Amino acid sequence: MEAVHDHDHHQPAGLMRYVTTTNHKDIGSMYLWFSFVMFLMGGVMALVIRAELFQPGLQVVQPEFFNQMTTLHGLIMVFGAIMPAFVGFANWQIPMMIGAPDMAFPRMNNWSFWLLPPAGILLAGSLLAPGGAGGVGWTLYAPLTVQQGMGMDMMIFSIHILGMSSIMGSINIVTTILNLRAPGMTMMKMPLFVWTWLITAYLLIAAMPVLAGAVTMTLTDRHFGTHFFNAAGGGDPVMYQHIFWFFGHPEVYIIAIPAFGVISEVIPTFSRKPLFGYASMVYATASIAILSFLVWAHHMYTVGMPVEAQLYYMFATMLIAVPTGVKVFNWIATMWKGSMSFETPMLFAQGFLFLFTIGGFTGLVLALTPVDIQLHDGYYVVAHFHYVMVAGALFAAFAGVYYWLPKWIGRMYDERLGKIHFWLSIIFFNVTFFVQHFLGLAGMPRRIPDYALQFADWNMVSSIGAFGFGFSQIFFLYILLKAIKSGEKAPEKPWDGATTLEWTHLPTPAPYHSFETPPNLKD
Amino acid sequence: MKVSSFLRVLAVFGLALSPGLGLAEWNLNFKPTNTILGHDIEMLHNWIMWIILGISIVVFGAMFYSILKHRKALGHKASHFHENTTVEIIWTIVPVVILIGMAIPATKVLLAARDTSAPDITIKATGYQWKWGYDYLDEGVKFYSSLSTPRDQINGLAEKGETYLLEVDRPVVVPVGKKVRILTTANDVIHSWFVPGLSVKQDAIPGFIRDTWFKAEETGTFRGQCTELCGKEHGFMPIVVEVVTEEEYKTWVAAQLAESGAPSFDANKTYTVAELVSAGEQVYNTNCVACHQPGGVGMPPTFPAIKGGKIATGPIGDHIDIILNGSKKNPMMAAWGSQLTDMDIAAVITYQRSGINDLGEAIQPGDVATARGI
Ligand code: HEM
Ligand SMILES: [Cu+2]
Ligand SMILES: [Cu+2]
Repeated sequence: MEAVHDHDHHQPAGLMRYVTTTNHKDIGSMYLWFSFVMFLMGGVMALVIRAELFQPGLQVVQPEFFNQMTTLHGLIMVFGAIMPAFVGFANWQIPMMIGAPDMAFPRMNNWSFWLLPPAGILLAGSLLAPGGAGGVGWTLYAPLTVQQGMGMDMMIFSIHILGMSSIMGSINIVTTILNLRAPGMTMMKMPLFVWTWLITAYLLIAAMPVLAGAVTMTLTDRHFGTHFFNAAGGGDPVMYQHIFWFFGHPEVYIIAIPAFGVISEVIPTFSRKPLFGYASMVYATASIAILSFLVWAHHMYTVGMPVEAQLYYMFATMLIAVPTGVKVFNWIATMWKGSMSFETPMLFAQGFLFLFTIGGFTGLVLALTPVDIQLHDGYYVVAHFHYVMVAGALFAAFAGVYYWLPKWIGRMYDERLGKIHFWLSIIFFNVTFFVQHFLGLAGMPRRIPDYALQFADWNMVSSIGAFGFGFSQIFFLYILLKAIKSGEKAPEKPWDGATTLEWTHLPTPAPYHSFETPPNLKD
Repeated sequence: MKVSSFLRVLAVFGLALSPGLGLAEWNLNFKPTNTILGHDIEMLHNWIMWIILGISIVVFGAMFYSILKHRKALGHKASHFHENTTVEIIWTIVPVVILIGMAIPATKVLLAARDTSAPDITIKATGYQWKWGYDYLDEGVKFYSSLSTPRDQINGLAEKGETYLLEVDRPVVVPVGKKVRILTTANDVIHSWFVPGLSVKQDAIPGFIRDTWFKAEETGTFRGQCTELCGKEHGFMPIVVEVVTEEEYKTWVAAQLAESGAPSFDANKTYTVAELVSAGEQVYNTNCVACHQPGGVGMPPTFPAIKGGKIATGPIGDHIDIILNGSKKNPMMAAWGSQLTDMDIAAVITYQRSGINDLGEAIQPGDVATARGI
């Protein structure tokens, strides 16, 4: 997603341009490419998992390596693929959408990005450490983490670095949004994508240090004789889980909320109708963010909390369904009596709407403590979170890429291929993950490399779907490269329904520096 | 024609690849449960699914109606409304009401599920890497229960049996119609005690004791497995519960007590190498083989080889010590002193030194007892 730019800037050429760049578009592109590379890497790991689970017995890998694959797949997808992808969108879009020249702290922006490659290398490189990477699951539960080799330490440092990157990125985003808006761009006129990032940035600033604390305690338990999570020394393994999920639940909204933002731009554009209930969308997003800090122990219904605590977490969790429902209703009301067309971004947005809602339904099922106790740590949960993360966040990211690509590179993607990419993705996605609900109901635990014969049928179906989904994403890469190399020249405004500043006040492709003088939006 | 023959080839290919598919169940919902509580949970789940179906029809109905009718391609012109306070209030209040309708039955079931008072039998289940230890607190019966599926089945060298991976050497036995309270704890990392057919799942946390309960309505065999990632053999530590009649249970308890009262070995006897090696091989295959591998080849660097291993061919004192007390360098090597008898330890050491390696030495139960004494 190379920025096409006017060549009057004074910057080194070639690789050094990217190392030293402080330009929000260059940095945004680097974030997006980084996340795509990580996405493919995490995807290969998922396919190793699904290959092993194709049939009962051990055929492809040994259990230890299998555990390392699930762990790295989860960490890489969450921290390496999805989160950086949306920071990439933030970098490209926020300055253009609020009428700013660039991000508030361009040099820090450069740093936030360049922390990622070392973190990614540490994470993936942990596989090469003696004993391999940690085989503990992306949740890194103590005290299993204490038994791991050096790979575990590499993962912990990687998380530290990723956290620093996220916090710096978030401070930058908050400052940019609060200070660099064009005259007349009041808070309640900001595009919803900008609002969702403002809220997400606060979530990141609040949540990432908590994770850093949890993994640091793990580190000192491992090497410096502390006993934070060791009962024999007066600690408590369950405390780790409380700390982790105090970060972990907001984290799922850190992933979901920017996705809501993208969808809230795409649906109005292709419905040719303003977003329904703008103010209630803002309030719903903010209440989801606040509630997200109050429900963490719904991931811990089986640790043996007092029943009163379980009841509280159940009610609080169910409450989140209300603002989430409001968002879904608003999107549908936006489409209602619109004049819709279904270019690829809109298709992915519809896929998001349909499948994210299903993920929301299964979330409601899991919120109910007695039902969750049966399903916890099983394949139903795996299905649930892939509905919200893959069909939710990832599909929103696809929608965003197709939507803004013409603005970024000045060329169109191939519409026919984009549609094929959509249909392949949504079909194989459901083949892979819908059947996992059945496995979970039948009692198949997650994170196991081999299983009883009764689970053989759906596992085979799921593995076939996974390979199909994986190859569909290689096809996406082809579509991108084709658009960049030889795509048709994009018209000034390829989407006639678009109303935000990047489409109405900037040429296509966007110039290297967005708004050197702010547009005046007062009227 | 072409497509269908392609599909047929695919299906045949799939079946050929999958010995398991013959037993596959294409299961779509919860497995049948054997407890009243499990039944309540099922009813709750069904109730929620009906509500979800209802909401889906309304929400997706509106969505797909709009997708079909309000298209630019059909010449539909966009209206410009973008707010309606009444509608927004309605669709905030209605979900709240629906949620209350879900929360009330869920609360009832939860309160029942957590009521572990007045049990008839209490069994402590301890998670170990990678097996379960059971301790019938009132009856005094104690034993370990490990996976009994042969490694060859796992590695595809033998045909998989019907209860593949869900079978153990010694199942938990409980009487039908009695409230059984399970206390869970663990020895090393967190495990979780899960039996779907009895609708129970409870984490087993090292250093803490938690509890859950079940009351089986009918006799039968119920199979489950550990559901908290506990390291490499997490997928291989199943749980089997046999629900029997009251009389059968009494007989079983008596037999267990008789067996544990009379040790099956004589502490003062001197066994031959061959006797010890053959007893030791069994101990090895139950407890050690997961890491040190058949034939003691190990999985270096984390799991060292026994064959030609430094300790297994070195001074006998160190060998006894690492098995009794675990490794100081590598936490993966547990202390087995409390789990195995002197006879087991003597036998397995002899097997490692004289079966896997060929030192020809015999270590006697008495040697282990002496080592423990220090
Ligand atoms: C090609 C698409 C994907 C496939 C086939 C796939 C498959 C899987 C499988 C088989 C597991 C292991 C489940 C278990 O044994 O517990 C897993 C876990 C997971 N996946 Fe994916 N996945 C895909 C994409 C993603 C994406 C895009 C995300 C990101 C946001 C994601 C996030 C996770 C997480 C967080 C876990 C949990 C890891 C853990 O158990 O610690 N996956 N996935
Ligand atoms: Cu959560
Ligand atoms: Cu386990």
